Amino acid sequence: MALSTVLETPGAGFNFDNAARNAALEGLFEGGQTPKPLKTGTTIAGVVFKDGVVLGADTRATSSDVVADKMCAKIHYISPNIYCCGAGTAADTEKTTDLLSSNLSIFSLNSGRNPRMVMAVNILQDMLYRYHGQIGANLILGGVDCTGNHLYTVGPYGSVNKVPYLAMGSGDLAALGILEDGFKHNLELEKAKELVRAAIHAGIMSDLGSGNNIDICVITKEGVDYIRPYQESEYKDDRKMKYKYGPGTTAVLTEKVIPLKLEVVQETVQKMETV
Amino acid sequence: MLGEAEPQWLSEEVKTGTTIIAIEFNGGVVLGSDSRVSAGASVVNRVMNKLSPLHDKIYCALSGSAADAQTIAEMVNYQLDVHSMEIGEDPQVRSAANLVRNISYKYKEELSAHLIVAGWDKRAGGQVFATLNGLLTRQPFAVGGSGSSYVYGFVDAEYRKGMSKEDCQQFVVNTLSLAMNRDGSSGGVAYLVSIDEHGTEEKVILGNDLPTFFDQ
Repeated sequence: MALSTVLETPGAGFNFDNAARNAALEGLFEGGQTPKPLKTGTTIAGVVFKDGVVLGADTRATSSDVVADKMCAKIHYISPNIYCCGAGTAADTEKTTDLLSSNLSIFSLNSGRNPRMVMAVNILQDMLYRYHGQIGANLILGGVDCTGNHLYTVGPYGSVNKVPYLAMGSGDLAALGILEDGFKHNLELEKAKELVRAAIHAGIMSDLGSGNNIDICVITKEGVDYIRPYQESEYKDDRKMKYKYGPGTTAVLTEKVIPLKLEVVQETVQKMETV
Repeated sequence: MLGEAEPQWLSEEVKTGTTIIAIEFNGGVVLGSDSRVSAGASVVNRVMNKLSPLHDKIYCALSGSAADAQTIAEMVNYQLDVHSMEIGEDPQVRSAANLVRNISYKYKEELSAHLIVAGWDKRAGGQVFATLNGLLTRQPFAVGGSGSSYVYGFVDAEYRKGMSKEDCQQFVVNTLSLAMNRDGSSGGVAYLVSIDEHGTEEKVILGNDLPTFFDQ
């Protein structure tokens, strides 16, 4: 059941040719292993407050035991009034949110207005359900539309939950403790931001897969305030040296210039009609 | 985190691991459910309303895999809307149950969800249908979900024909409370929906307002 205003994704599903190639390569490497997919091992949280929605996320992306990206952006743009935090496999969350964003832009251009949250949630649920959990994306969608302020979560199998506050990712149990304790309906902006910051901070402190800085995104009727970073890690490293190479670092030994012989074969001049 | 990809429950399928119940009285039906959604050992949502509207006076109760159950309910909601526009009047409860049964039966191998369909229509009054595994059967009352195993004895002993709406609501609340106490995958708050010819009434009963039994 596809919505009529969005592009149809091809029904062919997944192509697993690369799996055979990977298996053959692993044999060649003699005990080596193909790289594991980059997982974000994350803490993300969202809270509905009086005038809108606050989303928060940490910025660490891990690849097994190594931090692959210290300033990963986990809060993705979907539409001017909807943002989405993603946990799970990094590639899956990126691609899924990009697809959702472009589908909603088509809708906006067609209809001339901002999309509603329920539309974004329905498209996501359709797509994730179709792939039966193969797309490892745990998403928190937050936004403000003509019907109010909403916060939804969509799981990788396509289940949807609508809640006033939630946390996702490997650090979610720690974050949820803070949220359960501190959440009240109709919080003021500053209190809501502080609550989300504290929740992400708890996730960062208690979970190895989350860390580095905290990003906050505030969405209200008036607009979006994407604060990146909202709080920098106290353990931030100051690079002692510059790693850029100035011109002249590599000596040029010889230089040979060969002009290309081109002849004009055909020339057409078309005047532009300018009014 | 070192050496291990991510907690198992993050990639585990989200189940509703539930207690759901629907009972018919003279002139309508009462549906009830708990509110716990689990993914493995973790509770993903502790306040989910598992009573989903299929039409104004037809509701269904979800159990099993959350994604499968929600998707079936949405598909049937859409199909019922089209159907009721085609016939020009409110659909029968039997039609709604049939639509749910068709999906459950056709995709029996792929889906793992059980929906109980209940509602009121003007031809046959209040009706409750079970659609487990693709069968369709009308029953005076139906229970489902993981918590139902603990209360079969209670419902069989306590059910009486000809209960009033208030009696039915109390019966449903008692059953849910007992099941939520014994089943690890059920809990949270209790949602109640009462449907009769005058309208649909939704109610929430918070945890500490639930009846307590011999609990020491």
